[in-house]
Amino acid sequence: MAEISFRQVLNDTLREEMHRDENVFLMGEEIGVFEGSYKITAGLLKEFGAKRVVDTPIAENGFVGMAVGAAMLGLRPVVEIMTFNFIALAIDEILNHAAKIYYMFGGQTPVPMVIRTPGGGGQQLSATHSQNLEAWFAHIPGLQVIAPSTPADAKGLLRTAIRNNNPVLFLEHLALYNNKGEVPEGDYTIPFGQAKVTKEGKDLTVISYSRKAAIAHEVASRFERENKLSVEVVDIRSLRPLDRETLVNSIKKTGRAIVFEEDWRSYGVGAEIVATLQEDAFDYLDAPIKRVASLEVPLPYSKPLELAALTGVQELEDAINALAPRRRRR
Amino acid sequence: MSTEQQKRPDERDAIVKSISRVVTLPEDEDQETLVHYYSQMLLVRRFEEKSAEMYNKARIGGYCHLNLGEEATVVGFCAGLGPKDYVYTNYREHGYAICRGISAKTVMAELFGKETGCSRGRGGSMHLFSVEHRLLGGYAIVGGQIPLATGAAFAIAYRGSDEVVVCQMGDGTTNGGPFFESLNLAKIYKLPIVFFIVNNQYGMGMPADKGSAVPELYRKGCAFDMLSERVDGNNVLAVRDAMRRAVNVARGQHEPVLLEAVSYRFKGHSVIDPDRYRNEEEVKQGRAQDPIPTFARRLLEAHLIDEQGLDRIEQQVEREVEEAVRFAEESPFPPIESLMDYIYAPDNVESERR
Repeated sequence: MAEISFRQVLNDTLREEMHRDENVFLMGEEIGVFEGSYKITAGLLKEFGAKRVVDTPIAENGFVGMAVGAAMLGLRPVVEIMTFNFIALAIDEILNHAAKIYYMFGGQTPVPMVIRTPGGGGQQLSATHSQNLEAWFAHIPGLQVIAPSTPADAKGLLRTAIRNNNPVLFLEHLALYNNKGEVPEGDYTIPFGQAKVTKEGKDLTVISYSRKAAIAHEVASRFERENKLSVEVVDIRSLRPLDRETLVNSIKKTGRAIVFEEDWRSYGVGAEIVATLQEDAFDYLDAPIKRVASLEVPLPYSKPLELAALTGVQELEDAINALAPRRRRR
Repeated sequence: MSTEQQKRPDERDAIVKSISRVVTLPEDEDQETLVHYYSQMLLVRRFEEKSAEMYNKARIGGYCHLNLGEEATVVGFCAGLGPKDYVYTNYREHGYAICRGISAKTVMAELFGKETGCSRGRGGSMHLFSVEHRLLGGYAIVGGQIPLATGAAFAIAYRGSDEVVVCQMGDGTTNGGPFFESLNLAKIYKLPIVFFIVNNQYGMGMPADKGSAVPELYRKGCAFDMLSERVDGNNVLAVRDAMRRAVNVARGQHEPVLLEAVSYRFKGHSVIDPDRYRNEEEVKQGRAQDPIPTFARRLLEAHLIDEQGLDRIEQQVEREVEEAVRFAEESPFPPIESLMDYIYAPDNVESERR
């Protein structure tokens, strides 16, 4: 298997899906001539032309709604929102239209569309450009929310997203774009609603997604190398639908869990995971579940403040050490 | 109907058409067609009156917005379209659904929340839909339908087919962002779409000219260098003709068009609105423009129908509305077991290539 960057695998996958199905087209701000703010769509305008790589004006409400309407007539738009934060301008079209049209009209027209968007903090982009708003969307029946942490998962899940007949929010993370990993070749797809145990462990489970799942995997691997603790990592990958079974099975094995998330703690993804485990795995828990999340502050610009606000490696290590069983499991 | 290019005194150019005041019927009109328009307007009138009655009897729940007073606009709108054209509307859309060919029975059943309704009872009064009749939805978020309609027009242009999308909206909608974003998008992508404003002179309780910096709403097309026109919404033929012109431009040239039909909302915003904010004299004057008796007089004067003919239509329409109520009453509610159906489309459902 070849090692490919997250950025490249997204670019390759978009290209392959556009070759496979002429109904697939891309739209978004600066995705064509400019090749994307983060170059995910580099080369695609040249290859497919302006009909299928559509540069839009700065009008998220308008062009996201347009994508919904185009999907109602059977096209498969893949929309790029330049950063996750800007999605607030389009939320009516997502919440009240994309997520409702199939149900509200009695199953007469599906809305097969994907919204791709990078989120996350840590680049000194400050309060309005660094947010993690996935919980808003994962809350909504009718949507599917996907957040891969590796290039391989990005490939398999983006293909599934484009071929799916429902609206999908596909979350990328700015800090993952340069990460490399092995990617299966060929027509590789991953079904939605399947979490993945990215590292087996016995002492406790770290549950995470997107960039934080990549960090959790690094930390757990280091703990293993240093013969400290045996940490299992579950990458949720799909926030909606959520794979409760894999989460519960991991808790049955380790009895302890940490949810490691970049969003704010209150009402965040972690809150949902904790509630789920409390409902489905209460009898298997040996300790209260911990949430390691970002501090509840609009993300500041100044680097020391930004670092203090974001959760990271240190916070996860501290939580693992605090939660670890006194006697290690054998 | 006079059409002239006028130079505006403020030097902002727009294509202006003075409100039509035709007194007699044009001679080249087909009798059957004209009588049919009358019959459709009356059907919408009686259907809406019955809807209000059924609402007050608690057969219909939620919100219920009526087309009373707007019948000429509704019928003219639909008469100007081809069968393959797509319609997006707002939540005041019972009449549009009926004139698009969805049976009054199916619409009433939807208002009753029945499985036999055109949205299988999931949508209600504000969310009528029929793929078959190319009514791609009534939408209840003000302005929400406009980007969607623009996207449908984008899909038509993408495929190179020759349908047109027509997007109806109220006067208040033209003050919001989705309206402006969509007109701009339609223009830059050269989409086959007609934006159709029903200016019934009130956005809930706010007079149109208080909510909009420009009281002639069609003039907002200037900002997008878009062909735009205002038409008398009480004149079914004027509305139809304006729609035909607009649709021809949209279809033939892939140029979006903005139309404004000036009409009058006879009653409150919705059935439960007691309409206390308008003065009686104004409402009286508005209702005096009633498009239905006006059109009946024109038919009579042109000897295209007689009093007995009008009576026959009245009876037919009343039968149709009664039948709609009976059908809705007798239809089953959706089974509770079906509550979670249609949240997600299955993988094997090919979205229709229309």
